[in-house]
Amino acid sequence: MPYTDSTLRLLGQDGILVKDDRVEKYHQAIEHLDEKDFREFFRVMTVVRRFDVEAGNLQRQGHMALWVPSIGQEAAQVGSAFASRPQDHIFPAYREHSVAYIRGLDLLDIIRMLRGVTNGGWDPKKTNNFHLYTLVLATQTLHATGYAMGIGYDGACSTGDLDKDEAVMVYFGDGASSEGDTNEALIFAQSYQTPQVFFLQNNHWAISVPVRVQSRTPLFERAAGFGLPSVQIDGNDVLMSYAATRLSMDAARSGQGPHFIEALTYRIGAHTTSDDPTKYRDDDELKFWQAHDPIDRFRSFLEGRGTESAFFENVAEEAEDYAADIRKRTLEIQDPPLEQIFRDVFTEDHTVMTQEWEWLKEYTQSFEEGA
Amino acid sequence: MHELPMAKAINEGLRTAMVANNKVMVMGEDIAQLGGVFRVTEGLQEQFGPNRIVDTPLAESGIVGTAIGLAMRGYRPVCEIQFDGFVYPAFDQIVTQLAKQTARHEGTQSFPVVIRIPYGGHIGAVEHHQESPEAYFAHTAGLRVISPATPNDAYWMIQEAIASDDPVIYLEPKSRYWHKGPVDDATPAQPMNRAVIAREGSDVTLVGHGAMVSMLHQVAEIAQSEGVSVEIVDLRSLSPLDYPTIEASVAKTQHLVVAQEAPSNASVGSEIAATMTEKAFYVMEAPVLRVSGFNTPFPPARLEGQYLPDVDRILDAIDRSLAY
Repeated sequence: MPYTDSTLRLLGQDGILVKDDRVEKYHQAIEHLDEKDFREFFRVMTVVRRFDVEAGNLQRQGHMALWVPSIGQEAAQVGSAFASRPQDHIFPAYREHSVAYIRGLDLLDIIRMLRGVTNGGWDPKKTNNFHLYTLVLATQTLHATGYAMGIGYDGACSTGDLDKDEAVMVYFGDGASSEGDTNEALIFAQSYQTPQVFFLQNNHWAISVPVRVQSRTPLFERAAGFGLPSVQIDGNDVLMSYAATRLSMDAARSGQGPHFIEALTYRIGAHTTSDDPTKYRDDDELKFWQAHDPIDRFRSFLEGRGTESAFFENVAEEAEDYAADIRKRTLEIQDPPLEQIFRDVFTEDHTVMTQEWEWLKEYTQSFEEGA
Repeated sequence: MHELPMAKAINEGLRTAMVANNKVMVMGEDIAQLGGVFRVTEGLQEQFGPNRIVDTPLAESGIVGTAIGLAMRGYRPVCEIQFDGFVYPAFDQIVTQLAKQTARHEGTQSFPVVIRIPYGGHIGAVEHHQESPEAYFAHTAGLRVISPATPNDAYWMIQEAIASDDPVIYLEPKSRYWHKGPVDDATPAQPMNRAVIAREGSDVTLVGHGAMVSMLHQVAEIAQSEGVSVEIVDLRSLSPLDYPTIEASVAKTQHLVVAQEAPSNASVGSEIAATMTEKAFYVMEAPVLRVSGFNTPFPPARLEGQYLPDVDRILDAIDRSLAY
């Protein structure tokens, strides 16, 4: 079964709030959210999904080397990202498009990276501490933990001021949970009691390998072995994702050490545009998760609260406009200058590399002179 | 000016850097209470406390990976890897992350991480404790790779490595840890990316780095007694290699022998041989010769004397070069 008896949710599949003792404290964690917030959750999920579809189309039309879809995982990302605070640092893997959007990244920067004009794409200092995508699985878990160690050394957490105390959130997946780096990050995090949340999106597939090959133990239960409090949530419930992240991040920033969240969700699309999930995935499983779509569920919730249809129409229109704008700007992206091969490899002169750049300039110019 | 063994000179260099900048910190296995298995960090935790001299869990990828995060936060971490053969669990973080982060960030963030690695043989130790892995790092763009041969260079180059905004692999020739030499703490040594002429001569240029340099001095003394004048180039930097200094020496001697403990295949010595062939083909009277460890795993320690280049093998190479 995709969900377990331990899976916590606030919003039932029917879009109606679940009330039971197990989730009481999570309901309290969303009490301060109002209709405006809920509409914003829905808007972002919808716009980013439309962006995702457009980016996939652009790749198919030859405008990108690769696209990494996140369709189906919007609730896990949108809830958790809205639960972070402005002073927090976010270390993504490479599929966190909704988180990027919420932290203020121009999503064209992701396209620039996957089009092959940059290996990075943005400056985390200018994107509300949303760090670069990391393509080598799980390496970012250690960067996040090191960053969180630094917050501790700086005394920038545990003062009791939730609006100032800093914390770190790192995103990774069920596949990355098997990497040594993830396990080492969990060990370092508990050793130094870092202000940090490990946010695991279990989308059930590491390319073609199902999560049962990664672990016979539910992944959130592994955290106990490292000494971290952990919880398994329904990752397609945006409210639960918000609530669990809010409580965990605020506990972490308040001196209660690292926390661990496993969000059960599903990669509706392929791993990347280079993948073909029909070769390894069961149709019934896909249908189950399509029936548990996070945006549909939240729309039911909003409709149940009386949100007027004009709102949904406006959001759909905005999503179309956003996609059209992305398409237009993707087609305008210029190739990087030749110098970028050498630029910023070192901060100071590296004589051997500098000579190669001098040589390449002369070599290139020799063709221009000959012409 | 005072006499210090190299291990103590590095200790003094670390201490000076930590006093100068409170963002400098050292992290590694057994470095705090114990002072490191070679005692290089001895006494530092008492002076700087547990937040700046950090005993880590036993996980090398964890050490380097968290150092990268600390650098993002504004720290200047110095990582100690306990032995050469134990750096490989951290290899991925060094090669795919640390070396490429500055470029990936398009220069908006620097990564001033130093990785100290005791390396090389001649200590009779068990497997994985005597290796010379420098070629792996010199091959990787984005890393500076340096290795001091003297206590004075060790003292100054560790400080320069820490001050650099680039990642630096700082290779410590562990067989030289306990050898004393003069340290002039008033006059900075040559910049860390420069080779130096460690001995002037006119007949043949011997190039080496780290512990090999002291052996080259022995070779030069014997050669001198046989009427051959040897010039020694102490490389100090393996990335970048200081070719102008090597070229100038070869222009004088017309003969070049490169000695290294590492196996020859795809090694730093091979790179020097290839490049000097390009740069100085008509100057040289003989092909560049390499004297290296054999292309085998490092053997059991009782055979290291036959595996590693020794004085006789280097003298033999000089004879072959001059007789060419």
